[in-house]
Amino acid sequence: MRHVFLDHQSATPVLPEVFEAMRPYFTEYFGNASSLHQHGLRVRDALKKARQQMAALIGADSDEEIFFTSDGTESANLAIKGAAYANERKGKHLVISATEHPSVMNSVEFLEKQGWTCTRVGVTPQGMIRLDELEAAITPQTVLVAVHHVNHDIGAIQPMREVGRICASKNVPLYVDCEASAGWLPIDVKEWGAAMVSFSPHRFYGPKGVGVLYRNRKARIVSVIHGGVQEGGRRAGTENIPAIVGGGLAAEVARERLQGRIAHVAPLQKRLWEGLKLTIPYIQLNGPEPGPDRIATNLNLSTEFIEGEGQLLLCDMNGIAVASGSSCVSKSLKISHVLGAIGLDHALAQGNIIMTLGESNTEADIDYVVETFAKIVSKLRGMSPMWDEFERGVIDSVIAPTGRGKSFSQHAADVSGKPAH
Amino acid sequence: MSETYTLYNSTVMEHFMNPRNMGDLKDADGVGEVGAAACGDIMKISLKIKDGRIQDARFKTFGCGSAIASSSMATELIKGRTIDEAMAFSNQEVVDALGGLPPVKIHCSVLAEEALKAALEDYVKRNPAAAAKATAAESVSA
Repeated sequence: MRHVFLDHQSATPVLPEVFEAMRPYFTEYFGNASSLHQHGLRVRDALKKARQQMAALIGADSDEEIFFTSDGTESANLAIKGAAYANERKGKHLVISATEHPSVMNSVEFLEKQGWTCTRVGVTPQGMIRLDELEAAITPQTVLVAVHHVNHDIGAIQPMREVGRICASKNVPLYVDCEASAGWLPIDVKEWGAAMVSFSPHRFYGPKGVGVLYRNRKARIVSVIHGGVQEGGRRAGTENIPAIVGGGLAAEVARERLQGRIAHVAPLQKRLWEGLKLTIPYIQLNGPEPGPDRIATNLNLSTEFIEGEGQLLLCDMNGIAVASGSSCVSKSLKISHVLGAIGLDHALAQGNIIMTLGESNTEADIDYVVETFAKIVSKLRGMSPMWDEFERGVIDSVIAPTGRGKSFSQHAADVSGKPAH
Repeated sequence: MSETYTLYNSTVMEHFMNPRNMGDLKDADGVGEVGAAACGDIMKISLKIKDGRIQDARFKTFGCGSAIASSSMATELIKGRTIDEAMAFSNQEVVDALGGLPPVKIHCSVLAEEALKAALEDYVKRNPAAAAKATAAESVSA
């Protein structure tokens, strides 16, 4: 069986050269960067080099603006809570886009329970932040605006230059979550005027267990993890040196290969979407069409009349690794909030699959996925009462309405006695 | 990859990959379709009933792997049962027969129970006399 990994948004394999670079820091160069002897000083140098490599990837001026955390979620927590607590006296209002990652959404919810308020700025049906709403949301009490560069679910590239301009004109610091874009799109923190930017190397062939937070010198944050004075006092705790060294090299490689990687995945993204669209009726792409508004790695698909987890499981049993934003896949039984924010019909949110491409994928892989996915869809539709009811004209399609029958949501409400969420 | 890891246990996966009794029944005596408001899954069970006993059962499910496996198992379990026995059917039987479900997926087995009961109610509504006779006959023989 062919194995096709189409979940690069969740993890990527560590590059062999990255792995080799990490190896001595587990065994030979095991020192703690806080130690003042040879063992500590050696790894301190390695830390500095990694900071420079991270800074270079995002166009930062100085390695002193780079802080290491344990992952992207921790970076987001530090950015949001750190800025909120540091600027409490100025105001207790935050502005975020409605489609941020849970690490941002839930950090904000935590602060809301402590008296902060937050405005969630809506997005277009394509997932683009509404700039006029963003501008209107910022008040004199606003201490931070958080807008991600690329959405993790639907791949929509946000208009960061305009977002940056609005924040600069209102003199409010901007935090940009680059978790879904770093290593796959050019990032220039100065062009955006970003106060903070976060990302993690495991999205671009580095190891897990390390996150990066860039913080412009002028931006104020306080620590949310307390202990020693590691990371300039902004993040206590022993640095994960092997992961930081590996992450630094992965960032350097990502910077060198950036255009090559984009040139590799962009045609595959097109081939995959066009193949699926041609082979499978009643399938739609969520978010922007492949092109300048969508990251070249991501496809977010809704296949009508079937549910996402069944698709995911059958893909997996056929060697294809994918993700899903449908409710059955989530432990909370809720659909992805991103799909809700773009106003996706519940019927389509249920049949959701996310495919994210990487360096190892080939044209032959894509053709296998198209062929296999079409078979999976037919198998599940054969089992689905919704497909049968659509064919009999009891319910209608959302993607290509025929004008016959009631909506899926109405039908679901009728048979469950309650409206679908 | 040499080993295969699965989200559910092997029984659940087997019923998901090769579901039993999938489809519809022509001239079904009772059909029940129910939805779970919690997750949005929809399940439909069709029954063929003769002399107060379930002769055949089919399902169609819009839902996750465990919903498909639950409906497959439920239709297997209820074939041959009397209406009264089937009315007393509990989702726990499905969970046990499947060798357990993850806690967040127990509601899939509840949906299977509800679909079965909706199908039985449909039968009773269509055949009040036959249903009453079957129940009476059963209570006499019991």
